Amino acid sequence: MSTVKIPPVLRQAVGGERAVDVAGETVGEVLTALCDQHPAVGAQILTPDGELHKYVNVYVNGEDARLLQWTDTPVGDGDTVMILPAMAGGAR
Amino acid sequence: MKLPESLAEQVIAHARAEFPNECCGLIAGHGDVATRVLPTTNAEGTPFMYVMDPREQMELMDAIDDAGEDLVAIYHSHTRSAAYPSKTDVELAFFDQPLYVIVSLQHPDEPVLRAFRLARSAPDGEQIAEEPVEID
Repeated sequence: MSTVKIPPVLRQAVGGERAVDVAGETVGEVLTALCDQHPAVGAQILTPDGELHKYVNVYVNGEDARLLQWTDTPVGDGDTVMILPAMAGGAR
Repeated sequence: MKLPESLAEQVIAHARAEFPNECCGLIAGHGDVATRVLPTTNAEGTPFMYVMDPREQMELMDAIDDAGEDLVAIYHSHTRSAAYPSKTDVELAFFDQPLYVIVSLQHPDEPVLRAFRLARSAPDGEQIAEEPVEID
Protein backbone atom coordinates (compact mmCIF):
# COMPACT_ATOMS: atom_id res chain seq x y z
CA MET A 1 0.00 0.00 0.00
CA SER A 2 1.53 3.32 -1.07
CA THR A 3 0.58 6.77 0.06
CA VAL A 4 -0.34 9.10 -2.78
CA LYS A 5 0.16 12.77 -1.93
CA ILE A 6 -2.58 14.86 -3.42
CA PRO A 7 -1.71 18.47 -4.34
CA PRO A 8 -4.38 21.13 -3.73
CA VAL A 9 -5.35 21.16 -7.41
CA LEU A 10 -6.53 17.54 -7.20
CA ARG A 11 -7.89 17.52 -3.66
CA GLN A 12 -11.46 18.26 -4.57
CA ALA A 13 -11.34 15.22 -6.84
CA VAL A 14 -10.56 12.96 -3.85
CA GLY A 15 -13.00 14.53 -1.40
CA GLY A 16 -10.54 16.98 0.11
CA GLU A 17 -7.90 14.52 1.33
CA ARG A 18 -4.23 15.59 1.38
CA ALA A 19 -3.13 11.98 0.90
CA VAL A 20 -4.77 8.66 0.12
CA ASP A 21 -3.51 5.09 0.53
CA VAL A 22 -3.67 3.10 -2.68
CA ALA A 23 -2.79 -0.52 -3.43
CA GLY A 24 -0.49 -1.48 -6.28
CA GLU A 25 2.99 -2.82 -6.86
CA THR A 26 4.09 -0.30 -9.48
CA VAL A 27 3.51 3.40 -10.16
CA GLY A 28 1.24 2.41 -13.05
CA GLU A 29 -0.87 0.13 -10.88
CA VAL A 30 -1.15 2.75 -8.16
CA LEU A 31 -2.24 5.44 -10.63
CA THR A 32 -4.76 3.11 -12.27
CA ALA A 33 -6.21 2.18 -8.87
CA LEU A 34 -6.34 5.85 -7.83
CA CYS A 35 -8.17 6.84 -11.00
CA ASP A 36 -10.57 3.88 -10.58
CA GLN A 37 -11.34 4.97 -7.00
CA HIS A 38 -11.52 8.65 -7.91
CA PRO A 39 -12.58 9.07 -11.55
CA ALA A 40 -12.41 12.86 -11.22
CA VAL A 41 -8.64 12.53 -10.79
CA GLY A 42 -8.42 10.55 -14.01
CA ALA A 43 -10.35 13.26 -15.82
CA GLN A 44 -7.65 15.73 -14.85
CA ILE A 45 -4.44 13.74 -15.34
CA LEU A 46 -5.22 11.27 -18.16
CA THR A 47 -5.51 11.94 -21.88
CA PRO A 48 -8.71 10.89 -23.70
CA ASP A 49 -6.78 7.68 -24.61
CA GLY A 50 -6.27 6.88 -20.93
CA GLU A 51 -2.54 7.64 -20.94
CA LEU A 52 -0.95 9.81 -18.30
CA HIS A 53 -0.72 13.35 -19.71
CA LYS A 54 2.76 14.33 -20.88
CA TYR A 55 2.68 17.39 -18.63
CA VAL A 56 1.76 15.51 -15.46
CA ASN A 57 4.78 14.66 -13.32
CA VAL A 58 4.96 11.81 -10.83
CA TYR A 59 7.46 11.55 -7.99
CA VAL A 60 8.29 8.49 -5.91
CA ASN A 61 9.78 9.46 -2.55
CA GLY A 62 10.74 12.78 -4.12
CA GLU A 63 12.41 11.25 -7.20
CA ASP A 64 11.06 11.93 -10.68
CA ALA A 65 9.46 8.64 -11.75
CA ARG A 66 10.35 9.33 -15.39
CA LEU A 67 14.00 9.11 -14.35
CA LEU A 68 13.34 5.82 -12.53
CA GLN A 69 11.34 3.16 -14.35
CA TRP A 70 8.38 5.43 -15.04
CA THR A 71 5.10 3.51 -14.65
CA ASP A 72 7.03 0.26 -14.02
CA THR A 73 8.76 1.76 -10.97
CA PRO A 74 8.11 -0.62 -8.07
CA VAL A 75 6.36 0.84 -5.01
CA GLY A 76 5.19 -0.65 -1.75
CA ASP A 77 4.47 -0.04 1.89
CA GLY A 78 5.88 3.24 3.11
CA ASP A 79 6.51 4.70 -0.35
CA THR A 80 5.08 8.09 -1.19
CA VAL A 81 3.85 8.82 -4.69
CA MET A 82 3.15 12.43 -5.60
CA ILE A 83 1.22 13.57 -8.65
CA LEU A 84 1.97 17.05 -9.86
CA PRO A 85 0.50 18.56 -13.00
CA ALA A 86 3.00 20.90 -14.62
CA MET A 87 2.59 24.61 -14.73
CA ALA A 88 3.20 25.27 -18.38
CA GLY A 89 1.99 27.16 -21.41
CA GLY A 90 3.30 29.81 -23.69
CA ALA A 91 2.62 32.17 -26.51
CA ARG A 92 2.97 29.51 -29.20
CA MET B 1 -7.61 39.75 -7.55
CA LYS B 2 -6.08 42.48 -5.45
CA LEU B 3 -2.42 43.00 -6.35
CA PRO B 4 -0.32 45.57 -4.48
CA GLU B 5 1.57 47.78 -6.92
CA SER B 6 4.93 46.62 -5.56
CA LEU B 7 4.05 43.01 -6.44
CA ALA B 8 2.88 43.97 -9.93
CA GLU B 9 6.22 45.73 -10.38
CA GLN B 10 8.04 42.55 -9.26
CA VAL B 11 6.22 40.46 -11.85
CA ILE B 12 6.94 42.97 -14.62
CA ALA B 13 10.60 43.23 -13.53
CA HIS B 14 10.88 39.44 -13.70
CA ALA B 15 9.40 39.44 -17.21
CA ARG B 16 11.89 42.10 -18.29
CA ALA B 17 14.83 40.25 -16.71
CA GLU B 18 14.02 37.06 -18.63
CA PHE B 19 13.28 38.81 -21.94
CA PRO B 20 13.38 37.57 -24.72
CA ASN B 21 12.42 34.32 -22.99
CA GLU B 22 9.16 33.89 -21.15
CA CYS B 23 9.27 34.09 -17.37
CA CYS B 24 7.07 32.23 -14.91
CA GLY B 25 6.30 32.19 -11.21
CA LEU B 26 3.70 31.98 -8.49
CA ILE B 27 1.72 34.58 -6.56
CA ALA B 28 0.75 33.55 -3.04
CA GLY B 29 -1.73 35.22 -0.72
CA HIS B 30 -5.04 34.78 1.00
CA GLY B 31 -8.26 34.44 -0.96
CA ASP B 32 -7.98 36.88 -3.83
CA VAL B 33 -5.45 39.13 -2.09
CA ALA B 34 -1.86 38.67 -3.25
CA THR B 35 0.84 39.04 -0.63
CA ARG B 36 4.02 37.78 -2.25
CA VAL B 37 5.59 36.94 -5.61
CA LEU B 38 7.67 33.78 -6.00
CA PRO B 39 9.70 33.86 -9.23
CA THR B 40 10.64 30.45 -10.64
CA THR B 41 12.86 29.06 -13.36
CA ASN B 42 11.42 28.52 -16.83
CA ALA B 43 12.88 25.06 -17.49
CA GLU B 44 12.05 25.45 -21.17
CA GLY B 45 13.91 28.76 -21.45
CA THR B 46 12.46 29.92 -24.76
CA PRO B 47 10.59 33.00 -26.02
CA PHE B 48 7.54 30.89 -26.88
CA MET B 49 6.97 28.47 -24.02
CA TYR B 50 7.23 28.14 -20.28
CA VAL B 51 7.45 25.03 -18.16
CA MET B 52 8.00 25.81 -14.52
CA ASP B 53 10.94 23.87 -13.07
CA PRO B 54 9.05 20.91 -11.56
CA ARG B 55 11.15 20.68 -8.41
CA GLU B 56 10.80 24.41 -7.67
CA GLN B 57 7.08 24.10 -8.36
CA MET B 58 6.76 21.17 -5.95
CA GLU B 59 8.76 22.86 -3.20
CA LEU B 60 6.96 26.21 -3.49
CA MET B 61 3.50 24.65 -3.64
CA ASP B 62 4.33 22.67 -0.51
CA ALA B 63 5.66 25.80 1.20
CA ILE B 64 2.54 27.79 0.31
CA ASP B 65 0.30 24.94 1.47
CA ASP B 66 2.23 24.38 4.70
CA ALA B 67 2.14 28.12 5.49
CA GLY B 68 -1.64 28.10 5.25
CA GLU B 69 -1.52 30.45 2.27
CA ASP B 70 -3.40 30.16 -1.01
CA LEU B 71 -1.92 29.91 -4.46
CA VAL B 72 -3.58 33.04 -5.84
CA ALA B 73 -2.08 32.98 -9.33
CA ILE B 74 0.40 31.40 -11.71
CA TYR B 75 2.08 34.03 -13.86
CA HIS B 76 4.06 34.03 -17.08
CA SER B 77 5.03 36.51 -19.75
CA HIS B 78 4.26 36.84 -23.42
CA THR B 79 7.20 38.64 -24.95
CA ARG B 80 5.81 39.27 -28.42
CA SER B 81 2.07 38.89 -28.12
CA ALA B 82 -0.85 40.28 -26.17
CA ALA B 83 -1.64 39.49 -22.54
CA TYR B 84 -4.25 36.93 -23.53
CA PRO B 85 -4.15 33.13 -23.14
CA SER B 86 -2.85 31.22 -26.15
CA LYS B 87 -4.18 27.84 -27.26
CA THR B 88 -1.21 26.25 -25.48
CA ASP B 89 -1.98 28.19 -22.29
CA VAL B 90 -5.51 26.78 -22.26
CA GLU B 91 -4.51 23.22 -23.20
CA LEU B 92 -2.01 23.06 -20.35
CA ALA B 93 -4.10 24.84 -17.72
CA PHE B 94 -4.42 22.00 -15.22
CA PHE B 95 -5.12 24.37 -12.34
CA ASP B 96 -8.67 25.63 -12.08
CA GLN B 97 -8.40 27.41 -8.75
CA PRO B 98 -5.50 29.87 -9.11
CA LEU B 99 -5.76 32.58 -11.72
CA TYR B 100 -3.41 32.68 -14.68
CA VAL B 101 -1.71 36.06 -14.86
CA ILE B 102 -0.11 37.04 -18.14
CA VAL B 103 2.27 39.98 -18.56
CA SER B 104 2.77 41.20 -22.10
CA LEU B 105 5.96 42.93 -23.14
CA GLN B 106 4.73 43.26 -26.71
CA HIS B 107 5.13 47.01 -26.23
CA PRO B 108 8.13 47.04 -23.87
CA ASP B 109 7.50 50.52 -22.48
CA GLU B 110 3.87 49.75 -21.79
CA PRO B 111 3.68 46.33 -20.12
CA VAL B 112 0.17 44.95 -19.76
CA LEU B 113 -0.86 42.60 -16.91
CA ARG B 114 -4.16 40.72 -17.04
CA ALA B 115 -5.62 37.75 -15.16
CA PHE B 116 -7.77 34.88 -16.38
CA ARG B 117 -9.49 31.82 -15.06
CA LEU B 118 -8.83 28.95 -17.44
CA ALA B 119 -10.84 25.74 -17.78
CA ARG B 120 -9.17 23.38 -20.23
CA SER B 121 -12.00 20.83 -20.18
CA ALA B 122 -14.79 23.36 -20.71
CA PRO B 123 -16.51 23.63 -24.10
CA ASP B 124 -14.98 25.94 -26.73
CA GLY B 125 -15.84 29.52 -26.00
CA GLU B 126 -16.13 28.91 -22.24
CA GLN B 127 -12.51 28.10 -21.44
CA ILE B 128 -11.26 31.64 -20.82
CA ALA B 129 -12.79 34.08 -18.33
CA GLU B 130 -11.00 37.34 -17.58
CA GLU B 131 -10.89 38.36 -13.93
CA PRO B 132 -10.36 41.96 -12.81
CA VAL B 133 -6.99 42.91 -11.33
CA GLU B 134 -7.06 45.72 -8.77
CA ILE B 135 -3.57 47.20 -8.54
CA ASP B 136 -3.11 49.59 -5.64
